[in-house]
Amino acid sequence: MTKRAFLFLLSLLIAVNIMGCKEKPAATIKTISENNSNEPAYGDALIVGSIGEPSNLIYMLASDSASHDIAGLMFSGLVKYHTDLSVIGDLAESWDISKDGLVITFHLRKGVKWADGVEFTADDVKFGYDTIVNEKTPTAYKEDFLQVKKAEVLNKYTFRVTYGKPFAPALTSWSGIVVLPKHLLEGKDITKSEFTRNPVGLGPYKLKRWTPGQELILDSYREYFEGRPYIDRYVYRLIPDLSTMFLELKAGSIDMMGLTPIQYTKQTNTDFFKNNFQKFRYPQFAYTYMGFNLKHPFFQDKRVRQAIAYAIDKSELIDVVLFGLGSPATGPYVPNTWPYNPNVKKYEYNPGKAKELLKEAGWEDTDGDGLLDKDGIPFRFTIFTNMGNTLRKNAATIIQWRLAKVGIKVEIRALEWSTFINEFIDKKRFEAVILGWSIGLDPDQYDIWHSSKTKEKEFNFISYSNPEVDELLEKGRRTFNMKERKKAYFRIQEILAEELPYLFLYVPDATPVVHARFKGIKPAPIGITYNLPKWYAPQKMQKHKVEP
Amino acid sequence: MIAYLIKRLFEMIPTLVGITLISFFIIHLAPGKPTDILTELNPKITPEARERLEKLYNLDKPVIIQYGLWLKRIVKLDFGESFSTDRRPVMQKIWDKKQSLLDRRLFITLMINLITFAIILAISIPIGVSSATHQNSLYDKIMTTTVFIGFAMPSFWFALLLMMFFGVYLGWLPVSGLKSLNYDALPLLGKMWDRISHLILPIFISAFGGLAGDSRFMRSSMLEVVRQDYVTVARAKGLPDKKVIYQHALRNALLPLITLIGLSVPGLIGGSVILESVFGIPGMGQLFFMSVMTRDYPMVMCILTIGGMLTLLGNLLADIGYMLADPRIRAKQ
Repeated sequence: MTKRAFLFLLSLLIAVNIMGCKEKPAATIKTISENNSNEPAYGDALIVGSIGEPSNLIYMLASDSASHDIAGLMFSGLVKYHTDLSVIGDLAESWDISKDGLVITFHLRKGVKWADGVEFTADDVKFGYDTIVNEKTPTAYKEDFLQVKKAEVLNKYTFRVTYGKPFAPALTSWSGIVVLPKHLLEGKDITKSEFTRNPVGLGPYKLKRWTPGQELILDSYREYFEGRPYIDRYVYRLIPDLSTMFLELKAGSIDMMGLTPIQYTKQTNTDFFKNNFQKFRYPQFAYTYMGFNLKHPFFQDKRVRQAIAYAIDKSELIDVVLFGLGSPATGPYVPNTWPYNPNVKKYEYNPGKAKELLKEAGWEDTDGDGLLDKDGIPFRFTIFTNMGNTLRKNAATIIQWRLAKVGIKVEIRALEWSTFINEFIDKKRFEAVILGWSIGLDPDQYDIWHSSKTKEKEFNFISYSNPEVDELLEKGRRTFNMKERKKAYFRIQEILAEELPYLFLYVPDATPVVHARFKGIKPAPIGITYNLPKWYAPQKMQKHKVEP
Repeated sequence: MIAYLIKRLFEMIPTLVGITLISFFIIHLAPGKPTDILTELNPKITPEARERLEKLYNLDKPVIIQYGLWLKRIVKLDFGESFSTDRRPVMQKIWDKKQSLLDRRLFITLMINLITFAIILAISIPIGVSSATHQNSLYDKIMTTTVFIGFAMPSFWFALLLMMFFGVYLGWLPVSGLKSLNYDALPLLGKMWDRISHLILPIFISAFGGLAGDSRFMRSSMLEVVRQDYVTVARAKGLPDKKVIYQHALRNALLPLITLIGLSVPGLIGGSVILESVFGIPGMGQLFFMSVMTRDYPMVMCILTIGGMLTLLGNLLADIGYMLADPRIRAKQ
């Protein structure tokens, strides 16, 4: 009896096995080729790996990059950045800015339709604006819109905003995704609406299905106002572990992911990779820095900060920490963008000069213990960083080793994020930190450098104060004259490079990889995904057959 | 017996309230707030905006009042809404009625852990018993070494090795996830195999890692029992060895295992945080970890409360199990 049952089970298992194997390739791989050229063709699916799951598909309510990735595919702003970082129209066809810079009038595209068929109008823009400035909307992106004094709908396709003071980031703030469909959301509590998980958009893709914890499937929106996207389906697969994701890439289950530096340099140089994948590399809009607490007696002297800069070899940091995938940072902007000033003071690695400067500042090893001291106090400090970020921890370790060579003893403490921010950054209980900033495409950095922003929870936590910088920051955000702005930000970088409130370390590179069958990818300073609707897989190379 | 059960169930209530009170205070003791993720080091947010957010979540009130508000809702079995930006009811996050049963977080973790648990018992009991009957033999030593290798091997590393071998090199099994992309297009049997094939590696790895505990426990329990007088008596009476071991000794040696099973009940819900992350399995362990990191209080409290309830139930079940298995304890009640 039991034996028979076992045999039955066994045969069942084998049957399942065979059926499974038989069905799989037939369903996923399309082998017939009708067309032999590399012409753009509709069809196929792009499967993207992500470690994070979106939380909310209304852009303004979310703050994580996963939500923004997906919402960005489903919605559009009024304007957007061109590949060279200039501003071009998106939902707005054109716009006029008044002479004093206080009034912007947007002329919207006509005939754009939400995915449910209703036409997009200026009322939707106004509705989105009203929502974001509403007291009750929990959003982190309110501030730019609070500068607006008046927003009005002139007619169906014209929308006008009036600012109280000239505000340089005004135009680009409308590249943010503010527009929401009024006909679906009016009078509803948007934080609780179904819309947060199943929105109706007007971008190139629309949500088909979201299986929490597993994947989001988006299908192309054929009526997209810039033309039907070539790739029919976009699958966002959630894989919380980067090593697993890399194995999935090798197994062919995903088509695109961001590589870690070690994966980019060491694990993807095989023939298999060269034949099946295309790797990209460009600077991220971010930089990593070591910030000094300028209220601490050690770091009040500019010469000490400069000495530390001379004692550290940035190219070594990039080679070891990022496997060479980055560039040295000289200021708070990314190289090759318009606000970036290449001609600021640079600190080549020079431990002799470092020791000299320290000696000038009064730091000398008087008791022969190998440690510098001044008035009997040894030069010993702690670098704080957040736990879980190995890159920063490694950078700290190299800095620790380099500074030991000039006689400065460094301790490293990695702390859990919330503890780090609440107990150490906010209370200014630190000597030095290693952290990073993601920077927006607009160069306004008022909140980081202005001397009025040093209160608890504000971002000038290193207590930097320089009247000239304050003035330049104010000037930079209040003028629309590009030349003037550029001049202001160039000067700010010169001052920062001389005074070194931060020791700017490096700008890391983004290193995405995409399956070789996808063509039409044009890398630009703003990345590769900006023209996703124009990517395509030539007919004969298509791998997945997408049924609507 | 029934009166005893009712009494025990009522006794559980104050204990559970105590558990939730302590949990609530401990998570609020950790620095940071749920709003941090949205606001920390984000140059686009002002302190006023932060205060507005905190008010929205009642975070400006004293902890004891927050606990009172929480308890008031719980009495109505309402676990509240998650503080993460999706603002979904927490119960919906762990038991989403719109999803098929097989895709609900609680079900996924329970299923994986129950299967693992059954496999561990099914393998470790025979290993333990045979190791005890062949104490210090070569077989015993090989088994001991094997189970300890499983115990000592870091599971995430072993998982990656197996994924590389079976998933990438041989291509026999899927690397991660719960189902394939073309799942919907598969016939019923294909769907079944798709699900099973995704579970083989994670279950194998957690079962391999868990063998050591139970099998060693079984071995020592067995060794203790075979030294008892009644086993000697049975042998002296001339009973065959098999009957002595499997009928008389084994049943008694299994008794302590009941406690062990009772204790592992709360583990069923927490699951394995590490394996769920490595294999990309959307279960409770993963959710719990993410909720703690983002200080999503309602979510954390919901999972802890369910965990607390299961622990108490596990204890009760172990006690009942003992009563059923051991007449001496039954007599005392």
